[in-house]
Amino acid sequence: MPHHVKVFALSTCIHCRNTKEFLDQCGVSYDCVHVDELTGDERKACIEEVRRYNPAVSFPTVVIDGDTVVVGFRKDRLRELLGGA
Amino acid sequence: MNAKDLHDRLKPLQESKGYHFNPDEKMTMALLESLLVNRDRYGYMACPCRLAAGDLDADRDIVCPCAYREADVAEFGACYCGLYVSREWMTTPEAKRETVPERRPPEKALAALGD
Repeated sequence: MPHHVKVFALSTCIHCRNTKEFLDQCGVSYDCVHVDELTGDERKACIEEVRRYNPAVSFPTVVIDGDTVVVGFRKDRLRELLGGA
Repeated sequence: MNAKDLHDRLKPLQESKGYHFNPDEKMTMALLESLLVNRDRYGYMACPCRLAAGDLDADRDIVCPCAYREADVAEFGACYCGLYVSREWMTTPEAKRETVPERRPPEKALAALGD
């Protein structure tokens, strides 16, 4: 069964961009939210969600199947968890 | 001003202080472009890899070059976003380069967001 992958990212962040490109190369589909482009309550709720997964509230925060969290652009860790390229 | 202008303006200033642009030109130019996006968005060049509050007082420590650059380059050879590196880092094999962890206290980011 494919993994459910969610990427909390910033639209301006190079490590976020590299992470998404890497997932694309691996053929992994994912949902991505650019937190810097959100406003108001949606932004607050999203930051709270990121904080639950990653208390440092840093980006990218990648959540796999709702319980495994990878913070930062970590190719080896993503490859290990998701398989693929 | 475009990213190339910003690059050419900052390069001699920062190199004289021992900070070099990342030799990965694609990455460096993307980061400089993002700094200009943030300048248009917030009025100052907040770190592209951190969530800015949009309030200069709250974001002052992450205005590029950020308050954490000196410590990060000294410890890891690169700043958090990877725009600035040390001369030694440039000759370090990629496999030996560490991911720079976030040094900014999370409460600073959260306080700025009215948390």
